[in-house]
Amino acid sequence: MKFMNAKFPEYAVASWVRYAIAGIAVLLSPALALASYDVNIAQPASTIAAQIYGLHMYILYFCAAIFVVVFALMFYSIFKFRHSKGAKPDVNFHESTFIEIIWTIIPFFILLFMAIPATKTVLDMKDTSNPDLTIKATGYQWGWRYDYAAEDLGFYSNLATPWSQIGQPGEPATEAKGKDYLLEVDHPLVVPVGKRVRMLITSNDVIHGWYVPQLGINQYGIPGFIKDVWFRADRVGTFKGQCSQICGKLHGYMPITVVVKSDADYAKWVEESKAKWGNKSTPLVAAPGTAAQEPDPEGPLLLADLKSRGEKVYATNCVACHQATGKGMPPAFPALSGSKVVLGPVDGQINLLLNGKPGTAMASFARLSDLEIAAVMTYTKNSWDNNVGKAVQPADIKAQRKS
Amino acid sequence: MASATVHDHAHDHDHHGPGPWTRIFTTTNHKDIGSMYLWFSLLMFFVGGAMALLIRAELFQPGLQVVQPEVFNSLTTVHALVMIFGAVMPAFVGFANWLIPLQIGAADMAFPRLNNWSFWLMIPATILLMGSFFVPGGAAASGWTLYPPLSTQGGIGVDMTIIAIHILGASSIMGSINIITTILNLRAPGMTLMRMPMFVWTWLITAYLIIAVMPVLAGCITMLLTDRHFGTSFFNAAGGGDPTMFMHIFWFFGHPEVYILILPAFGIMSQIIPTFSRKPLFGYASMVYATASIAILSFIVWGHHMFTVGMPAAGQLFFMYATMLIAVPTGVKIFNWIATMWRGSISFETPMLFAIGFLCMFTLGGFSGLVLSIVPVDITLHNTYYVVAHFHYVLFPGAIWALMAGVYFWLPKWTGRMYNETLGKWHFWLSAIAFNVTFFPQHFLGLAGMPRRIPDYALQFAEWNMISTVGAFALGFSQLLFVYNVVSCIRSGAKAKERQWESADSLEWTHLPSPVPYHTFETPPDLRVAKAAH
Repeated sequence: MKFMNAKFPEYAVASWVRYAIAGIAVLLSPALALASYDVNIAQPASTIAAQIYGLHMYILYFCAAIFVVVFALMFYSIFKFRHSKGAKPDVNFHESTFIEIIWTIIPFFILLFMAIPATKTVLDMKDTSNPDLTIKATGYQWGWRYDYAAEDLGFYSNLATPWSQIGQPGEPATEAKGKDYLLEVDHPLVVPVGKRVRMLITSNDVIHGWYVPQLGINQYGIPGFIKDVWFRADRVGTFKGQCSQICGKLHGYMPITVVVKSDADYAKWVEESKAKWGNKSTPLVAAPGTAAQEPDPEGPLLLADLKSRGEKVYATNCVACHQATGKGMPPAFPALSGSKVVLGPVDGQINLLLNGKPGTAMASFARLSDLEIAAVMTYTKNSWDNNVGKAVQPADIKAQRKS
Repeated sequence: MASATVHDHAHDHDHHGPGPWTRIFTTTNHKDIGSMYLWFSLLMFFVGGAMALLIRAELFQPGLQVVQPEVFNSLTTVHALVMIFGAVMPAFVGFANWLIPLQIGAADMAFPRLNNWSFWLMIPATILLMGSFFVPGGAAASGWTLYPPLSTQGGIGVDMTIIAIHILGASSIMGSINIITTILNLRAPGMTLMRMPMFVWTWLITAYLIIAVMPVLAGCITMLLTDRHFGTSFFNAAGGGDPTMFMHIFWFFGHPEVYILILPAFGIMSQIIPTFSRKPLFGYASMVYATASIAILSFIVWGHHMFTVGMPAAGQLFFMYATMLIAVPTGVKIFNWIATMWRGSISFETPMLFAIGFLCMFTLGGFSGLVLSIVPVDITLHNTYYVVAHFHYVLFPGAIWALMAGVYFWLPKWTGRMYNETLGKWHFWLSAIAFNVTFFPQHFLGLAGMPRRIPDYALQFAEWNMISTVGAFALGFSQLLFVYNVVSCIRSGAKAKERQWESADSLEWTHLPSPVPYHTFETPPDLRVAKAAH
């Protein structure tokens, strides 16, 4: 079984195919010559991904060979046995047990040759033993949370592309799209290079998919269950992915970024991050520049302060559904401007934010800090057509969280 | 044959009975019902196609331009449901209605009133499905697989979808009971099972698949309904349930469903290719066995839709091996069709063009299926555009082209008139080019890691998406040629011959005039000697 241990075809061959097809595309359309025409799996960055890449090329070569044979026979028939060229049908050639057996057995053996290396990779992928590091990834609508078990460290990772680059139907984007449009996050997952990283994947609400192709991982996060996968990044770099399983309105807007650092850089990052996020009792919101990193203040805060903090929290967490205008997109996403819940008793709105509304897209935002919830409530009560004129204090949230 | 014609004219009085509307509602004639199924599915094909074009319009460029993300999700969901349950399945049932009695020498289907009911059930179901767009919360937006907990989040639109699928499922089950009973009991003397045309064989097997798996789907979505409204927790971990269980049950239905959509297409191909190769089908018996093997294997491969749920290695390996095994009987079918063409005398009328297009494209779809059967490769391609490309390669040139080939092939028999051959060829070539422009680049998008069901994407995916959208619009609009060709054929086509395709040898061509009379085979033809001559 030589091929079991043989190294899979290296990327040189693959890039030949890539260049050939890209070349054709370029010839067809010189104006588009500068654009990106990727035609293959991205360069692998982990041992598993490298095996997957090789396996895909290996299967593709088999398919290409079969393709040539099948299409050659078919097109030979099409050209050779034409009615218009006076071909006479051989009506007795319609049965041959021998041929039927041959073309049942040969494919079977070809499949065997495909199955053996695939089996080896499956067993490798499934072996999550002896990790150097374990990280839990939790999907929620719509972002990720990463918890480093051994480091007592955890943080949220959300889309960093502003809505002004995305736009709305009828309202074109006001800002040019950046290089990493929709693939950039505020706080990436950081891992050390060359270490066996075991990922525990789960979810907080619906099924999500933690998908980073260059690391060879695509794993559903299933609420109530934890599944494990592993990777060993083979070089320092930044690797991008996205949620792979439809998870509601903003499924297309929950990217994943993994930054692979050297051991020294990773240790430094852990120290810095612990200072920011080490205290697990303070959940964090992802929006940069919000008060998330600060502990909740003791005394009452001014309405204007809360409102301006709240605007930022709103921009990160609420704006996609309820819109910058507060008018929402009824009926799925109700307006907050003039809303009975927002203008009504404080407790009702706190309850909605902490627990969500089952059966709708309104998720729980209990992960936000007391200060952030108070701020965003103050903002919604005093923006657009709403003019309650009163602030909500973090203490109110704390009180209801406990009850 | 001549006596049959005279006989039928004598009984032609039903034409002058009820008025057109009463006839539509009350008809029990298999030809009427077959036509109604076909027109209905053509309409739904364009409804589903319009949704596809909205999806592609949104994906023309990065950013949000055309629809809101949640509407986009509803469009992908309902596009799939409409195409599967509204277009392809009813279209094949339409063919079954028209052709099975004619091809086995029966006067009608076994249960004519049930037949009428299974058609009319589809109308309220469709109204529910399409109406769900206009209720608070919008249509189901969880993908057609309706995975909970996402599908438990939606509004009343999800309930309407569930009820619609229930009704459509009931309709399919009734249709299948009818088809099985007809084939097993109403064959003319001498029409033994192993002399049946392949179309009849594939439908017999398909009907069993439908009866086996539609109730599973019904149970699955009923559990979803009770989870949504009656406090059960089948799929809710917080109450002791498991979302993964939904996937297992759903795909236990879902994979055989794939073959429900393609086996009758194999049957149509197995009649068209020999006709235009002027040679009998190569390996008839092995074709029957291959079809049955595919159907049986289809029950043990469902796990390949869910390699990324984190099933144990043993599960992944079992489903991988079983899936790869399906390539064997499928390969046998492809080889048999090529061997049918081998040493034939091939001409390229429109049905044959579509059939050859089917062979080429379906083989490509088979290759991407093989790639996806390999667990590690599937894991990196799961839920990407590669999968979208794969199943469109097997379903558009597979199921849809087989249907179109079949319509072109049997139109002369059904209507007694010929379609426009030049227009038919234009329709084929435009479809073939536009299809590949639309879907081939999606392989590249998937390999590069673009997830499916997203309304907006990173800049590296922009070029291929733009090309794909251009192709999609060309593909969509070139289907209008088909409608024009069919309508003008019915209204003013040239008169068709009784045996328009001289090598077609099933009973509708050898025993019946064109157009077929309203009532046929009231006395079954005796085939005990006659058929042996062919």
